[in-house]
Amino acid sequence: MKALVWEGVNELAVTSVPDPRILNRQDAILKVSLSSVCGSDLHQISGYIPFMRAGDVIGHEFMGEIVEVGPDVARHRVGDRVVVCSVIACGRCWYCEQGLFSLCDNGNTNPAITETLWGYHPAGIFGYSHAMGGFKGSHAEYVRLPFADQIAFPVPDGVDDMTALFASDSAPTGWMGADLGGVRPGDVVAVWGCGAVGQMAARAAMLLGAERVIAIDRYGYRLEMTEREVGCEVLDYERTDVDAELRERTGGRGPDVCIEAVGLEAHTPGLRYRFEQAKQQLRLETDRPHAVRQAILSCRKGGSVFVLGVFSALVDKFPLGAVMNKGLTLRAAQQHGERYIPMLLDRMAKGELKTAHLATHPMPLDEGPVGYDLFKNKRDGCVRSVFHPSA
Amino acid sequence: MNRTVRRVVVLAGVSAGVIAARRIATRQEGDGAAGQVPDRWHTVTVNRPHEEVAPGGRLPDPLAGLGDAVEVRLRSAPGGRGTELAARLRDGAPAGAAEAVARAAGSDPRQDLRAALRQSKQLLETGEVLSPDEPSTTRRTLRSLPLELATRRAGGEGRL
Repeated sequence: MKALVWEGVNELAVTSVPDPRILNRQDAILKVSLSSVCGSDLHQISGYIPFMRAGDVIGHEFMGEIVEVGPDVARHRVGDRVVVCSVIACGRCWYCEQGLFSLCDNGNTNPAITETLWGYHPAGIFGYSHAMGGFKGSHAEYVRLPFADQIAFPVPDGVDDMTALFASDSAPTGWMGADLGGVRPGDVVAVWGCGAVGQMAARAAMLLGAERVIAIDRYGYRLEMTEREVGCEVLDYERTDVDAELRERTGGRGPDVCIEAVGLEAHTPGLRYRFEQAKQQLRLETDRPHAVRQAILSCRKGGSVFVLGVFSALVDKFPLGAVMNKGLTLRAAQQHGERYIPMLLDRMAKGELKTAHLATHPMPLDEGPVGYDLFKNKRDGCVRSVFHPSA
Repeated sequence: MNRTVRRVVVLAGVSAGVIAARRIATRQEGDGAAGQVPDRWHTVTVNRPHEEVAPGGRLPDPLAGLGDAVEVRLRSAPGGRGTELAARLRDGAPAGAAEAVARAAGSDPRQDLRAALRQSKQLLETGEVLSPDEPSTTRRTLRSLPLELATRRAGGEGRL
């Protein structure tokens, strides 16, 4: 079959790879209808997460049609139209029972790598390096779904493919930031990043009752899209002092909840960006955490900061003093999508959650490398390139 | 340094390290049991009650397969979190340079023990042992050899 594979640092190719097959009784095989790029793919592609091997199929946000099921798959049948959570979770370990699906004990077939890095291993993730299990990604004609009953969800008839696609990763990730960040009615919420996840976090905060939501970015087209499609306030961090602006807009208190949706390749205004890049290239830090630093410093006393952006290991100048002395609650996670996807699909069906606008660049899978170039370099107003593997 | 030269240097470094480790290990093996230490308990918590983890005293197949090489201990986990399933090697485990060589060669008995514990937990909680995707990659490269080795050992290594 055809697939988009990682060939080396910043090298992608569309090539032929072996078809997936049922390897466990609880597996299913999905014919991929739509598969989206994600900002966290860029960390793998750029080599910041050094656990990729040449030939690895990337992609983890997807939906499609079930074409084969293992003998122990009970909830799905051939022909079902489903959206699949990017996180591979068993649904039956203690963490899954708590709704902490991305911490699943049984979904990662390479536990030693992340146990050595982080102390304990998280769940597996499709197309997300061998540290996360080495599972093939979704930028392919077909993909194997382990624990299919747990990770695939039927798409309601009234929800179109392009809308449902983003219930796979962006929407549940954003929702988790607002939910576990503790957004309550009347809160003021600031969101760093107006990509798909940031927009979904902002929308989730509004649906959870936040009185004001302020989203921060530097790309005019993303700020305009967020203002238009999500309906929240926006800030261009290259045109204003974000910390001062947030204080002014919150009566001097600072936001109640700060959600970071940027990740380890954060841009920093001014010369500090080159300094951060140099430190990262010299491996004095593995990740550039500017947006997290700013969220921590801007957050009100006793407030909450949720880190949605992906980080791999170590950061420099982390303001732990601010976390401690301001009494902040700091939380983070890969997305616990299985906890939210059915509810999000319901909201999509009711028209409460719009997502299709995120797919600014739909294209055939053959154009995958071009799609990533547009996405990475923010060309042509790209928010998400979405591939049609069957086109 | 071009890519080819860099690959040769990395390969030479890895080879020299392995040869040195083997020499040290051979010396220690000649010194008797100097390379062995008592094993500690390796433990997983299984999200199932005690009576399901070892019905009638019968251990899950992966652990039972290790036979008398291991001691096994079970106790209820606090807070209703299931059962703590612990095991350790009866005859001790390699240490020092012998450990490094055994781990690289895949012959450290703790690797089998860790894998058996993880597989037992998966079987009890989900009914099967999750298989990695096959083939793991479509193209082997020199640069990815360390990751390939780490992946091959990943089920038996780690902090468990």
